[in-house]
Amino acid sequence: MTTEAGFDLDDGELSLLLEAIYLRFHYDFRNYARASLRRRLAQALLRLRCETLSHLQARLFREPEVFTLLLQVLTVQVSDLFRDPPFFRYLREQIVPELRTYPSLKVWVAGCAAGEEVFSLSILLREEGLLDRAMIYATDINPEALRKAEAGVYALERVPTFTENHRASGGRSSLSDYYTAAYGSAVLDRSLLKRVVFSDHSLATDNVFAEVQLVLCRNVLIYFDKVLQSRAIGLFKDALCRRGFLGLGSRESLAFSAHAAAFKRTFPNEQWYRRW
Amino acid sequence: MVIPSPGPLSRDAELSPRIGAIVVGVSAGAINALSVLLPALPRELAVAVIVVVHVSAGRRSLLCDLFRARCAMRVREPVDKEPVGAGTIWFAPPDYHLLVERERTFALSLEAPVHFSRPSIDVLFESAADAYGSELLAIVLTSASCDGSAGALSVRSHGGTVVVQEPDTAEAPLLPRLVIAQGSPHKVGTLLEICDFVRATVEGGAP
Ligand SMILES: C[S@@+](CC[C@H](N)C(=O)[O-])C[C@H]1O[C@@H](n2cnc3c(N)ncnc32)[C@H](O)[C@@H]1O
Repeated sequence: MTTEAGFDLDDGELSLLLEAIYLRFHYDFRNYARASLRRRLAQALLRLRCETLSHLQARLFREPEVFTLLLQVLTVQVSDLFRDPPFFRYLREQIVPELRTYPSLKVWVAGCAAGEEVFSLSILLREEGLLDRAMIYATDINPEALRKAEAGVYALERVPTFTENHRASGGRSSLSDYYTAAYGSAVLDRSLLKRVVFSDHSLATDNVFAEVQLVLCRNVLIYFDKVLQSRAIGLFKDALCRRGFLGLGSRESLAFSAHAAAFKRTFPNEQWYRRW
Repeated sequence: MVIPSPGPLSRDAELSPRIGAIVVGVSAGAINALSVLLPALPRELAVAVIVVVHVSAGRRSLLCDLFRARCAMRVREPVDKEPVGAGTIWFAPPDYHLLVERERTFALSLEAPVHFSRPSIDVLFESAADAYGSELLAIVLTSASCDGSAGALSVRSHGGTVVVQEPDTAEAPLLPRLVIAQGSPHKVGTLLEICDFVRATVEGGAP
């Protein structure tokens, strides 16, 4: 029996499916945290009307559109502008003063989803007068999400939350300066993306591509098991310059990572680390 | 009231499976109900008590602050990958689903709310049922949402123990009624009876 919960999925079939996805599509979900991955796979079975993971696997090889849909289910896209306002407040008040000391600033936003975090960062850096000397690399494995990020169009009903978050993060301007409302959508100011490069990059299979002074990777590591988490944190360790900053999601921590020693929690907050 | 259970079960702690973890699901009326249950648990309780309370997505949960002062056990919110430590009451952080991995570490997720709730009782119960099997004790308390009923069923089908607050004594009887109607609970009782059950069944519960 397959429940929506997905905890009755066959473990052998699950491993085979992940192996097949890796071989056929080069997306590596083999080291994703299993409990929530099982839930998402069970949802995929329901959405795709498959009885078993083997059935899903057979369809993956024959129907190209099945993988496109599966990828949307397997990658969780939840985000918001200035999601977790205290994080951005901390960035603005404690870290920006240090970032000012760099003549040029390179930032990596890993797992940028549909761009909410990138726009938040761009707005913050513009408010702080740093955007013009910044370069932001925004990466994700979900091409649909990257496409949305580049478009910068969000449903208008999300704007009240965005506005409230922006204010709570210590925003110095009015969020309405950065978007225009049209046909039920908020279209973000294109100039916020002038210093942004989006690209398809997987923390599971790709390597470091630049030296940066700041990495934001929030609510991505929660989807990885310890092995993959360690790989990803290893990439951040190699990408960050000495004394560069790493910001994580509000419930993430390096405390259980093999690379913990390479970073210092210089702030009382568990979310912020410095390469040491 | 004791409902006959479908599987083999004894109130006698010798014959019941060893309890490895307790999960608690509660919503409307949570503070009052937890104020009876949690302070009654002794510091020596040899298991983790993992609690999902439906709270609106605020900036910070006040549950820990509220209960830390009143409980003998340690009270915390877990971070991702943290081992499920015994002797601790763990509150699901607001606006994340809380899951338990088979290696008995916590995992968080931002997937869509389940029955309008994140954290969701179903998500915690189902993952814990998978991780602990027959060693899981699930406690279902007052709630006006159906989130938790699928989870309780899953606990039962993995051989775990399900205990439900007597609906007539619950501020919101909906979830307790749903779970009883599934025919799955091992025990239905008042909050004080549930406290007694836990102390009698779980290692370290009785002096
Ligand atoms: C919950 S979103 C996080 C959005 C944003 N960082 C935030 O916290 O608001 C998780 C993102 O991680 C991406 N992701 C998942 N696996 C990844 C991988 N192996 N490499 C890079 N990104 C990945 C997903 O596609 C998704 O967009």
